[in-house]
Amino acid sequence: MQQSNTYIIVFSAILTVIIGGLMSLTSVLLKPRQDQQVELDTKKKILGAVMDISSYTEPADILALYAERVESVVVDINGDPVEMDAKGNPMIAEKVNIQRNYKIEPAERLYPVFKFREDPAGEVTAYVLPMFGAGLWDWISCFIAIEGDLNTIKGIAFDHKGETPGLGARIASEEVQSRFVGKKLFEAGELVSVVMLKGEGNPGLSDHEVDGMSGATITAKGVNKMIENYMKLYEDFIEKQKESSNVAYNIQ
Amino acid sequence: MSAEATTAEAVKKVVKQPAEELFSKRRRKIVTDPLNDDNPISIQVLGICSALAVTVKMEPTLVMSISVVFVIVFSNLIISLIRNFIPTRVRIIVQLAVIATLVTLVSELLKAYSYDMYKILGAYVGLIITNCIVMGRLEAFAMANKPYDSVLDGLGSGFGYAWIILTVAFFRELLGSGSVFDFKVFEAIGWSSFPTNGLMVDSIGAFVILGILIWVQRTQNGYVEH
Repeated sequence: MQQSNTYIIVFSAILTVIIGGLMSLTSVLLKPRQDQQVELDTKKKILGAVMDISSYTEPADILALYAERVESVVVDINGDPVEMDAKGNPMIAEKVNIQRNYKIEPAERLYPVFKFREDPAGEVTAYVLPMFGAGLWDWISCFIAIEGDLNTIKGIAFDHKGETPGLGARIASEEVQSRFVGKKLFEAGELVSVVMLKGEGNPGLSDHEVDGMSGATITAKGVNKMIENYMKLYEDFIEKQKESSNVAYNIQ
Repeated sequence: MSAEATTAEAVKKVVKQPAEELFSKRRRKIVTDPLNDDNPISIQVLGICSALAVTVKMEPTLVMSISVVFVIVFSNLIISLIRNFIPTRVRIIVQLAVIATLVTLVSELLKAYSYDMYKILGAYVGLIITNCIVMGRLEAFAMANKPYDSVLDGLGSGFGYAWIILTVAFFRELLGSGSVFDFKVFEAIGWSSFPTNGLMVDSIGAFVILGILIWVQRTQNGYVEH
């Protein structure tokens, strides 16, 4: 049966309206819940980079733990704190979209820093820095936790949009992430960063080398580039932080 | 007058004819055929892409299976319900629009209620849209059959897809990661030094398992490619 063009156009229009309406309705209805999930996921990742949170299963527990242990600041490229956003509202580090920042000039970007304290009243035990870069298929990102000495990696939590499951997607696994623990970023005060090697099961790794993932060399290269780039961008902040803690030690 | 009587009788006969059983032989065949003799993956060799991609572990595979069954069944139902209104010239686009809507729905729901799963499957759930099995069933079956039959057909094809990828995932996770549903099987039976096979974690592993599966199945049911 051959339908007239008018019929086809009317049919398509009705179909579009119904489907479009349905989709926007779903999107609007599910948005708050999705946002909650994303917030929880961000906080989980920040905490996950510094400690084992597998014993905290309730979302409320994780949010409470986060509120107690983590203090967040936002700094600029020179390592100076940024208190207000462009509209004059107080800056919220958790809300800084690292992906959107990635697209603008490094000098203009905002750099969130999450300070973690083992003892809520004590010294900062880890600095968690978010990073963003490109993997094989799409973006990759991570939260890297650096110990109080601002050199040793305490932990790392990767995320990715579409790395191949079983290959590049392994960066998000506990097994691969644990390979970064204890590695050093600086050598005699100079930034060296860490490098994930090609291939798996490499013997004799130095303090700046991490065993790679077989079949995911390009993802690993993306990881290396991301960490090196962002360590350079955070370098001023780290230097300032080191100076101020040295001053503090000297006074004591 | 006699002619009238015969017509009336004929009408009566038509009315009297019992409705087809809910699970008649023909309908059972619609469901069972795609499970084995006409399996979408192993016989028709459709939907291989996702069969390779998501089968590293059982859990994502299960979520993927449920999603695909949901999408096939409901797109079959919807297309079958409106099959007489769909203009033939734009039917493929209409089918695609229906599939894409359902897939987006699944993806949004996963994002809201199972964010971790969404992160693992994200890209592949979206790819259900291009899964040849779904469109194949719409074009070949739902466009020409009643809603109930189409739902059965969707269930058959969906489960035909599901059991194959779950089988592949079972072997890949068992041999590649030494676990099933993230439960460390070999450690549980005291064989903690079980050498996991990296090949199984790779997509190549899925090809191997799928190949063996197709071989076993075809030897059993005597299917020969023409």
